[in-house]
Formats: sequence, structure tokens, C-alpha cells
Amino acid sequence: MKSSVAMLARRRVLRGIVAGAAVNVGLPLFDCLLNDNGTAFAATGAPIPTRFATWFWGLGLGEADWRPKVAGRGFELPVQLQALKPFQDKLNLFSGGEVFLDGQANQTHFSGVQGFWTGKVTGAGDFFSSVDSAISGVIGKTTRFRSLEVACDGDPKASWSARADGKQPAEVSPAALYRTIFGPEYRDPNAAEFVPDPTVIARRSVLSGVKDQRLALAKGLGAADRAKLDNYFTSLRALEQRLEIQLQKPEPLLACTRPDAPPEEQNQAVSLATDAMKRHDLLVELLTHAMACDQTRVVNLSITQGMSGLRKEGDPINHHTLTHEEPIDPVLGYQVKCAWFQDQYMQGLATFAGMLDKVKEGDKSLLDRMILFAYTDHGAPRLHSLRNYPFITIGSGDGRLKTGMHIPRPGDVATRVPLTMQQAMGVPVSEFGTESNRVTSPIEEVLA
Amino acid sequence: MKFSQSALALAALGVVVLSSPVPSATDAVAAESGAATAPADPAVLLRLSPSQYRHSIHDIFGASIKITGRFEPETRSEGMLSVGARLASITDSGLQRYDELARGIAAQVVDERHRDLLIPCKPQSATGADAACARQFFARVGRMLYRRPLAAHELDGIVAAAGDATSVLKNFYGGLQLALTEMLISPEFLFRRFQMEPDPERPGQERLNAYGKAAELSFFLWNTTPDEALLRAAESGEIHTRAGLEKQVDRLMSSPAMEDGLRGFFADMLEFADFETVSKDPAFFPSYTLSAKLDSQEQTLRTIVDHVMVREGDYRDLFTTRHTFLTRSLAALYGVPLVDKTENGQPQRWLPYTYPEGDPHAGILTHASFLALHSPSGRSSPTDRGKALRELLMCQRVPPPPSNVDFSVVQDVNSEVHRTARDRLTAHATEATCAGCHRITDPIGLALENFDAAGGYRTHENGAPINPAGEINRVKFDDPIGLGQAIRNVPAITNCVARKAFAFGSGRMPVAANPEWKQISQAFADSNYNVLALLREIALSDLFYAPPAATTVASTSAR
Repeated sequence: MKSSVAMLARRRVLRGIVAGAAVNVGLPLFDCLLNDNGTAFAATGAPIPTRFATWFWGLGLGEADWRPKVAGRGFELPVQLQALKPFQDKLNLFSGGEVFLDGQANQTHFSGVQGFWTGKVTGAGDFFSSVDSAISGVIGKTTRFRSLEVACDGDPKASWSARADGKQPAEVSPAALYRTIFGPEYRDPNAAEFVPDPTVIARRSVLSGVKDQRLALAKGLGAADRAKLDNYFTSLRALEQRLEIQLQKPEPLLACTRPDAPPEEQNQAVSLATDAMKRHDLLVELLTHAMACDQTRVVNLSITQGMSGLRKEGDPINHHTLTHEEPIDPVLGYQVKCAWFQDQYMQGLATFAGMLDKVKEGDKSLLDRMILFAYTDHGAPRLHSLRNYPFITIGSGDGRLKTGMHIPRPGDVATRVPLTMQQAMGVPVSEFGTESNRVTSPIEEVLA
Repeated sequence: MKFSQSALALAALGVVVLSSPVPSATDAVAAESGAATAPADPAVLLRLSPSQYRHSIHDIFGASIKITGRFEPETRSEGMLSVGARLASITDSGLQRYDELARGIAAQVVDERHRDLLIPCKPQSATGADAACARQFFARVGRMLYRRPLAAHELDGIVAAAGDATSVLKNFYGGLQLALTEMLISPEFLFRRFQMEPDPERPGQERLNAYGKAAELSFFLWNTTPDEALLRAAESGEIHTRAGLEKQVDRLMSSPAMEDGLRGFFADMLEFADFETVSKDPAFFPSYTLSAKLDSQEQTLRTIVDHVMVREGDYRDLFTTRHTFLTRSLAALYGVPLVDKTENGQPQRWLPYTYPEGDPHAGILTHASFLALHSPSGRSSPTDRGKALRELLMCQRVPPPPSNVDFSVVQDVNSEVHRTARDRLTAHATEATCAGCHRITDPIGLALENFDAAGGYRTHENGAPINPAGEINRVKFDDPIGLGQAIRNVPAITNCVARKAFAFGSGRMPVAANPEWKQISQAFADSNYNVLALLREIALSDLFYAPPAATTVASTSAR
């Protein structure tokens, strides 16, 4: 296998040539805008925000035993994660966690994520209130977008981010994502002048004018319909809040620059892994800018749904099918073709982390001020195992996590990692999950 | 979510095919008996589908209004998006999308190109509020958008809101635009509402109110919002009389807009919405271009409209018909010698085409819209195709594969021994746990193996000849033509289309045991499975407008 580091470097160089300013992510925040400690804005004393990103890849790390032998610091990254080598000091690798079915059927590529990301395995297709939405409910309330969801393979249903009303659809087009974030409604936080937009003022008055009669609609409706309307009103409040935010002068953020608009794509759907990862790189660049410009503090990316249909050019068989059908190489001890996909994905994660790390906000990088949380659908995909889930965090969440560690917890409940994430991001919860997946304490050794 | 991107990922679960989805007290049997005592849930909200939204906007404001932007993904339930519409709410990012659409539409309605046509009056001043003119505009547009007249307080509210916005913007049309945007994102527009009222003819019971009935009929037959004549029939109460309803049904069915209803229904039943995520590798399938992908859906819809509406043919013959329509792109994909004299550079034309006797193409199962949609991007999957045929067209449910299948038996995909899909599946099906389910999908799907993952014809796979013989319900056949003929005679095919047609209009599946449903099914059979006769029968039935029971709405969202 080629060195992933070398491949990453080559990819960067190529991208630099092909896509021009693709990895240009802004200037450092000027120290004069910050307080003496570099932790808050001098003008208002508001702390520099903490952010949270999730990054989902399908089909785990394959059939090999990828667990490092050493616990804690100084562990050796497994071959599947070599692309992350430049970030070893900033990351944690959690191994051994398990989702318990409590008698429910294992709905392949679904039940595991349902278990550790919503806390309960139901045996049905419901998926409500994911961990990232608990986090965006705390840190995402004051930005234009409470969170942004994207998927790289053209499938808007690939996102695992769910609020009380179910999954949020993912944006699949970089061009459309650009228009959403940096289109006409975007207000440059660094603009010299701030004049509230009269259209937004008028819009706000129209919304408040008709809101009361809308509430009367709920009369005579049954519980399910009332719940639907409640969800609608929650969404409407978010819309109003975006208008409010547009009327306030934003904090200057000199790490914020408006990126170039990506090209319109011809075809929404993508079937080659390399094409999906090109789109990934465009999407994470926009998400990085969106966080640097404080348009959102929570972003959620999925490369595909769990059952990845992506292929390598020239091979008719997709990644998911390969996980079941490809023999394990007796010498190397893993599935060689599947490893190619894992490497593609992990190079993408390294690209994302690299972009975030280049954005300097005072004494730290954007990456340092956030947690980038990577997760997958199966511990080992061939037999749809719910054991030994790999979870990866990069970044310390502004010092809330210790980093550089391998944390093996064989047989422990996988939900303990998401509980730890919630506590690190300031969600006031002391427990998470139901039945056998319920946990009441975090992984203390990583909490700073 | 497609459960099987692997042709081999399906295995048995004891039970074979379930006949039809289990009725979940959704039906009018429950509603009819329970309505007198427990009208606990008198209204139900169904989110408009993207096509219903588009048709509504074009019918209200004209086809020159561009609808740019995307919609929140739909939810499928019991095989139909129109049933899933009952479960759908509007998420934060969903509302953002509706908001973008609404702002784009409202801006066009008041722009200089459209305002004289769409706004029935001129304001006294372009820079100041004009409540009388705004009232005229919103009374008309509101009635169309909400599919009922606005209540006085609603009209007052929106006129006042437009006035407030006008005074901020110093622009009458700007104020109108913002208030219209508001209406376009209101739940009254985005959700269809079943509003019940006491039934004067059956004391103690409830019926769908007249405007609800008009909307149900219009979305069923035209896939759009009620037109002026339907709203008038609701206003006068005429729609509640048998003669009045018949008059409207016949009027709608004799209109060219009927084609929109048929297209909407079959696109939903055939899951064409899933084409959004279909992509094939040009290295393997150079003829599967973007236009071939789009045209393949149109090919099937044209074939259906021609067969059902123009020829008034037997529904079952859709699986054997040699008549279809092709473009140059599709001819290239299918390898058909199509003579198109259209100048190069001109848009491609649709040409009628009849396959000759002996050609392996016949019926909609041999269209790329079926073959390519139910194949992974790189190679075909008899299992996916067999499963799709059972679920989409026969309303059966194939159980998901168990999670712990051991694939060691077919590990080697480059095997010299197992070169075709049939070889690999046969090897896989020697596993006892797998055989049961594969038996109900693969013999159907294998008959379509002469068509590759993009729908192109082939006789060999990896150098080995393909054997397209198969079997359904113990009827054996030799090739895709034989499959079409066998499917044609399976009773589940006609039962399924009837059930799904009912669901397309009402958002719920009828229950087979309901006496009125039995009559409708019998009338469909008596008409020699004329789909128009079926739709008319449904549109005139009491069952179609019966109160939706509270239990209809499931509490979980579909994946």
C-alpha cells in the first residue's frame, strides 16, 4: 500500500493546481480584536465560539483487527488510519464500544447508528434527536444556521442528523450550499458599515403579524397532526431567528473570508468514490468558511449512507458488496479493495482537519477550538457487527478534551463516547441512552 | 433505502412472501363504524408533494413562473410517497427550502412582467399601502392557494401585514411580495387538510367538507390544486350531490390535465423519485447518458399514458405491449435502429416505436426506467429487480436479509466457475438460510439478466452465455418476453395498481376486506382492467372521501 501521507500531499498539490484557491481559508484573527488571553473578543468580551462537526463514513474499517496494541498516548495508528498521521497529537481513537440490540432485530447499516447516535435501538426505522442536535441546541442557537448537513454522494437522505421531528435532509450540491451560506443574505462580519436590510425588517413584521392566526390552526387536530404543526412552528421560529440575526451587527471575525463559488454540478448523483471525495473537499471548504464566519457552529457531513454504493473506477462492484464478497488477504490480513475505500475516506477526513487547522483564531486554530467527530455504521461490516466501533475525535474542543490517545474499552457501551462528546460541548446531561445502551458516566480519562 | 446493493445480500427468514401489507386500522371500515361515536381526529394534514406544489403554482400563477430550488425529500410509506405525505412534517432545513422557493415565486408574481396580469388592480400609489387593492389580490390568490375562501380575519391579517411591509419598504409591490411569500410558506398551503363536518344526510356521522372533497378529487385526477369550477362546485355544495360529483369527475377526466394525474400516480408507484440518486459508470455504460436517464422515465410515462388514456387498454397488457416511444438517446441505449430526421442540435423528438415480433423488448419491465433504477451502479442485480417487481407492482413485501449471512461460499467474484449472476446466486442459495427469500426474488430477476445495469441488451456476462429462464408462482418461462406474459396473468398485479391508485388520491391504502373496496375491485375487473374506469369508480365512491381514522397516522417516520 502506498503511503497515505505521500498520497495526501500529492492530492493537495494537484488540487491546488486544479482548483486554484481550494485550500485558501482566510487570515488569522487579528490579535487586536481579541482580549489579552486571545480567548474572547475585546469589544464585547464574548468568548470565541466552540464548534462541533460530525463526519460519517460507511462500512467501518473492514475485517482486520485495527485496534492499536497500546492504550493512551504513544500508540501506533493502524494502517487504515495512516492518512491521519499528521494529526495524531490532536486526535483520539476510541475502540471496543458496542451497541446492544436488547432483542430487537439488527437492521443492517442502521441499528448501530440508531443506538449510539439517538440512544435507543427500536427495531423500527425511527430516528429522532441525534447527539449533534442536542449539541446544536446548546451551542447553535445564536448563529444563522443552527447546523448545516451535507452528503457527498448526491443522496439527501444520507445525513444522520435528526431533531425532534426526524432526520434533517442533507445538502448535496456545493453550489447550492454556497448560495445558502454566502448568497445575498450573507452579511460580511468584517464589513466597515452595517446597515440593517429594510426587506428583512419588513419580513420580520409580516411574520409576526400572521403568526397568531397560524396558532389557531392546531385546533381540532389529533395528536399526530399537532406534532407536525409543532415541528413546523419550531422551523418557523428558526426562520425568524435567522432574520433577527441578519438585523444585528455581527462580531468582526478576521479569520472569516467569503470563499469562491464552486461550479454547478451536472449530475446530482455520484457513483465513483473519487468523485464523491472531490465533492467532499468542496463541501468541507465551504463548511470551514461557514464556521470561520460564524454562520453556524455545528456541521454534519456524511460521505454516503452506511451501505456505500461507491465504486473504484473500472471496477463494477461497489464498496458495500465488496465488504461481503472480497476475501481477506491471507498475508496482509485485511480486504485489499475495501482498504482502498477506507483510505479514500480517511484522506478526506485529513483534508477537512487540515483546512480547519489552517484557520487561526488568536492563539489557537479553528480545529483546536472544536471537536471533529468521525463515526461509522458497523464495527466490522462483513457480518454487520455492532461490536468494536471505531470513533475518532480530532481537536480538543478548546481544551475540553485531552488528545493524542487511544482509548480501548472492549465490550463497553458505545453510547459512552457520545455522552462524553455532549458533556465536552456543554450539554447539561448526566446520562444517555436506554436499556442496555444507557450510560451514566463519561469517559473521564479524556475529559480535561 | 435500497436494501440490497449486493445481489447476494438477501437470505431467508422462514416466512416467504407476505401477501399484502398488514392493514393498520387505516381503513374506512374502522372509520365508518367508529365515526358516530369517536370523531377524535377529525382532520389530517398531508404535505404537498413537489409535483403537486409545482402544478399548483403553475395553475394559479401561470406556467411562466419559474420554480427554482429544491424540496425537502419525501417519505415513502407502504410503497407510496402519497401515503408517506401523512407522516411528513417540515424540518428546519425543509422550511428554508420552501422559503427560497416562495421568495422566488413571489418576486416573479409582482415583477413588471407579471403584475398587470396577476394583480387585478393598480395601487393608488406605487409607494404607499392600498388595502383595497391588496384585499382584492389576496382574496383571489388566497382562495386558490388555501383551496378554500379565506376567513375574514385571515384576509384582514394578510392585508394588514402587506400594509406594514409596504410602509417599511415604501413600495406597494414589495409589501405584496412579502405577504405572498408568507402565504406560500404557510401550513395552510403546504399541507392539504382533511376537514370533516357533520353529515346532514346521516345524522351523527361525519363527512369530508366540500372544499376538502374538491381538493381530494383534484389532486387525485389532476395532481394539482382545484380549479375555479371545482371550487364553485364546493362553494355551492353541488359536489356533495351524486349528480354534482359525477359532473365534476367527468369534467376532470375528459380534460388533458388528466394526464398529469396519471403521470403523478405512476411516477409515485414506480418510485421515479429515486432516480435522483441513480448514476452509472460511463466506462461500463457509455450510452447511459443524463438524457437517456431522464428520457427513460419519460418513455415509461408516455407508454402508460398512451396505453391507458389513448388506447384505453387493459392494464395487464402494459407488461407485454410492444408499443412504446423513443428518443435518439434511448435508441442508442437499447441498440434500436431509430430514424429521427430532426436536425442536429435541435431538441430530440419523441417517436412512436413498435418492437418487432421476436425482439426481447416488450412491456414496461424491459424499460431502462425499471432495469436501471433497480440495479447498483456497476452491475445488475436479479435480486433487486425481483424484489422491486414484488414490492412495487405486486404490493408484496420481501423480508430484509438477516444480518449475519456468511458470504464465504461466494467470496471469489473473479471465480472461473461462477461467472454469471445466475452462477453466483445459485452458489449463494445453497445456503439454507438464504434460499427461501432468494426463491421469491431471483427467478423473476434472472429473467431480466439479458439487460445490464443500465438497461442495455446483452447475451453474455463475463464471456458466459446468459440463461434468462425463470419462474413466478410456479409458471415457468424462458426469457423476458415470457416473464412479461406470466406477470400479466398474476392477480396481484391488478389488485396492486388499484390499491395504489386509491392511495395516491387519499393518502391511505384501502383494506381488501372492505365491501365497498370489493365493489370497486370488481368493477375494475369487469372493465377489463381499464385504469380510467378504475379511477372513475374510486372518485365516485364514498370510501374515497370517508373520514380518515385517527389511527391512520403512524407515529414513526420511515427511514
